[in-house]
Amino acid sequence: MLKAKKIVIFLFSGFYFSTVFADDFAMQRQQLVKEIETEVKATSLYLDKEALDPKVMQAIVSVPRHEFVPPEQRSYAYQNRPLPIGYGQTISQPYIVAIMTDLLKVDQQSKVLELGTGSGYQAAILSQLVDKVFTIEIVEQLGKKARERLTRLGYDNVQVKLGDGYYGWAEHAPFDAIIVTAAASHIPPPLIKQLKKGGNMIIPVGTAFMTQQLLLIKKQPDGKITSTQILPVRFVPVTGKH
Amino acid sequence: MNSEVTSLNSVMKLRPPYISVALISISSLAYEILLMRLFSIIQWHHFAYMIISLALLGYGMSGTMVSIAQRYLLLRFKLVYFSCLFLFGLSSIACFLIAQNLPFNAEEIFWDGWQAFYLLLIFLLLALSFFFAATAICLALLRFPDLVSRIYAVDLFGAGAGSLGIILLLYGVFPLPALVIIGLIGLLATLVSCWELHLINKKWLILVISFSMLLLVMTPLVFKLNISPYKGLSKILNINGTKIITELSSPLGLISVVASDKIPFRHVPGLSFNATHEPLEQLAVFTDADNMTVITQKPAHLEQLAYLDQTSSALPFHLNKPNKILIVGAGGGTDILQANYHKTPEIDAVELNPQLIELVDNQFNQFTGGLYQQEHINLYQGDARDYLTRTQQHYDLIQLALIDAFNASTSGLYALNESYLYTIEALQLYLQHLKADGYLAITRWIKIPPRDTLKIFVTAIDALKQSRIKSPEQQLILIRSWQTSTLIVKNGIFTFEELNQAQTFCEQRSFDIVYAPGLSTTEIKHYNQLRQPIFYSATQALLSDQRASFMERYKFNLKPATNDRPYFHQFFKWSALPEMLKLRHKGGISLLESGYIIFITTLLIAVLTSVVLILAPFGFFRHQSAPNNYKIKRFNVIFYFLAIGLAFLFIEIAFLQKFILFLHHPIYSVATTLTAFLIFAGLGSYCSGQLVKLKSRQQILQLSVISITLVSLSYLFILQFLFAFLITTPTSLKIVITILLIAPLAFFMGMPFPLAIDSLLQHEKSLIPWAWGINGCASVISAVLASLLAIHFGFTAVIVLAMLLYLSILFIFPDMEDAAI
Repeated sequence: MLKAKKIVIFLFSGFYFSTVFADDFAMQRQQLVKEIETEVKATSLYLDKEALDPKVMQAIVSVPRHEFVPPEQRSYAYQNRPLPIGYGQTISQPYIVAIMTDLLKVDQQSKVLELGTGSGYQAAILSQLVDKVFTIEIVEQLGKKARERLTRLGYDNVQVKLGDGYYGWAEHAPFDAIIVTAAASHIPPPLIKQLKKGGNMIIPVGTAFMTQQLLLIKKQPDGKITSTQILPVRFVPVTGKH
Repeated sequence: MNSEVTSLNSVMKLRPPYISVALISISSLAYEILLMRLFSIIQWHHFAYMIISLALLGYGMSGTMVSIAQRYLLLRFKLVYFSCLFLFGLSSIACFLIAQNLPFNAEEIFWDGWQAFYLLLIFLLLALSFFFAATAICLALLRFPDLVSRIYAVDLFGAGAGSLGIILLLYGVFPLPALVIIGLIGLLATLVSCWELHLINKKWLILVISFSMLLLVMTPLVFKLNISPYKGLSKILNINGTKIITELSSPLGLISVVASDKIPFRHVPGLSFNATHEPLEQLAVFTDADNMTVITQKPAHLEQLAYLDQTSSALPFHLNKPNKILIVGAGGGTDILQANYHKTPEIDAVELNPQLIELVDNQFNQFTGGLYQQEHINLYQGDARDYLTRTQQHYDLIQLALIDAFNASTSGLYALNESYLYTIEALQLYLQHLKADGYLAITRWIKIPPRDTLKIFVTAIDALKQSRIKSPEQQLILIRSWQTSTLIVKNGIFTFEELNQAQTFCEQRSFDIVYAPGLSTTEIKHYNQLRQPIFYSATQALLSDQRASFMERYKFNLKPATNDRPYFHQFFKWSALPEMLKLRHKGGISLLESGYIIFITTLLIAVLTSVVLILAPFGFFRHQSAPNNYKIKRFNVIFYFLAIGLAFLFIEIAFLQKFILFLHHPIYSVATTLTAFLIFAGLGSYCSGQLVKLKSRQQILQLSVISITLVSLSYLFILQFLFAFLITTPTSLKIVITILLIAPLAFFMGMPFPLAIDSLLQHEKSLIPWAWGINGCASVISAVLASLLAIHFGFTAVIVLAMLLYLSILFIFPDMEDAAI
């Protein structure tokens, strides 16, 4: 009987603490979003806008980032910084995730391809905004974990494929938007083919913990390709007027 | 106490442990160089530099500890000396193995405070080995005070042999087994010390040492190098179907070749968005587990190489078909394949690393279809500038394409690396070897905001101006993709047809013309846009009379590199630091030129730690005797040993750089210069001990300081002419000449330390370990400071400063004084 009591207390306290932690995490997410909003405002000159799409910010609020990081990193999950997720990969800085997602300019009808699933966080954010997300991960162990996590958390409109992303995902092409977070020496030509006319492709350029620039590739209505290199920070390289 | 020790030695017939001192000096210097190699592999070069520099503070720590506990330690000399050698042998391996397993991630250092703590732990762990080695040598100096100059000479001889030995060893042995050999030499020193200290009858000691040696030998069987998961090699090995198929090691780096049987590598940096061809099968080649390049499979027909025509470096082939080209940095052969695609009849290529040639030429000869053995290709193994100074050949095109890797280049990690390929003098040399209307093409990675691209543009302008070209703006074209930029410098004025060709080339590939003579921004199509057209406006400003003001206002350093300041990759400006630091968590982290910041941090830590280590024994001195009883001014001791510690390395490092330009090979230069400096300084130390019997210490010091100053001064003036005169001399003879030139300088540089120690010995022997520690601290500061001064003022300034430091010691020689501090 005493044993049963202990179990009930244990289960109850577990429930209590998980609720407390969940509330705590939700508060931290709100705080993180505020931080991102302030930084976006400061970088408005470079982003051509004062604020990001509210739907993107809502997606950041709703996706539990702590579920996408290893247990030892959970306490840092809502700090605005990249975190290691194993296999030499990282979960991107939320500020960068928000900007990239905004730059894709997607809607509820969009179909998005992601190269480099990583932890699945970016796919989860996109799943809140679009109809379908197709994501490919080259590191099998990472991909399997991400697939399991996304299923567990109920992101049903995300499909994860393991293997080579060079040829994109021809069965579901063309895509309204493509995001390439996996490091590659160049943009694979098949991906450019699979981007719809008028669609956007975004690529963060840099190292695991250091995004140097965001490369936004646009396929014009006439099929021509242009790129815009965006420095995700308010920084003017020359002082004074010139 | 001096007489006590002497009588103790004579009673026990104890002779100085010369052999074990030599062995420990060999292994500790070899260990220092090897640690740089090991940490360059498992982490990154700049962190390796920081960690090892700071670990050398172990020398300073030993001086402080021995200062405080010298009576206690001397009474137990045999035990302590023996233990230090033994602990060096064991810790050299054990501490490295522990350090490499700490969860330190260099990339995370700006995000996570814990990383600084791990870095501190690594530094302390590695400092331990140097602490033991230095304590052993310091105690030997103290215990045999009459033979200081000889023991110091043996120490320097050992260090010289160690520096040469490890470089030779690394040609034949991988870094981890080399570490075991160093540990074994440490234990061998322990074994020898048993005999030297009459401990040979203690059989259990011999047993313990032998057992430890056996343990060390087994290390490589149990442990592997724990390479950072964020390095390119580790990342690629996470992909199913990839494996290392061969590894080669040399002092230039560890080369790993990776094959993938499932997913091709498809490595073509800077490929146009419009490219349609898929790259051929490739093998990935990593140097020090990063810096990926590729060896490409032999094409069945040339059309399969069409993708190589879709990069910005292909531009010169479209301006005017070159008949004869020179490729600088042949590597795995990609640039040669590009030239082959354009059916270039004659290709000369230069590659510094013989092991890369060995891979393409022998091991993967079949895979590449004997690329380097094709009749129209001549391969020269060595340095590009060396090749060009020897050859009379002239080329239609000299191609330098993406010689360094993307990650290191974009994150500012090369800031401290000297590069003689991108100096004004180097560009002038390339231009001299162009035929009339020939092209020099330099391709670099794009950074946002632009850095490399603009600096190479300014360097080219200056090289043309210094080659007496009146209108450099007529001889430059700069294009870019989103990822790479290619600068073309023509030996002549660009024709209208060439400009049209350039425009067509760019339009077909969606590349942008940043600068071309006579082209304005309205005429140019923009495929790769920035929020502000900074490439365009910067090149315009750099060619106008606004140049100085623009460079002043630009937040990155664009000052061209020269032979005296060969730091092309140094873009850091102090004035921009506060703004960049503020933005580091707001998406601006890549603005921080991390190499320079790490460098400054190293210097700060070294200085602060040194201050603590130097001042720590003061309390102890006070305890021993009242300040007014001091026989020697403390200030003089501090300044003297700081000055000679700083000056010795200033001269060594500065001349090492000067001789790189003579020997044209970093490894030959380091091996020759370091060894010659240490061996001849050892000889100088030994001779100073003999000279003291004939002349006063002050007189010998004057002789050595004046000689150092005169020789250094004369070298500053004559070396460049001498090098120019001997330019075509065979390398072996150049090495002999280098040794002969260093000999007189190093010989006299070996004297000031033992002379002052001898003076301390006579007047206040208890200060010897303190002086040893001060000198150790100064050496650490000096190595970092010399590079910092060279970045800003050039190596000539470093030599001049060293001369002034040497001259200053004439006035502060730590001799008998009445006055207190």
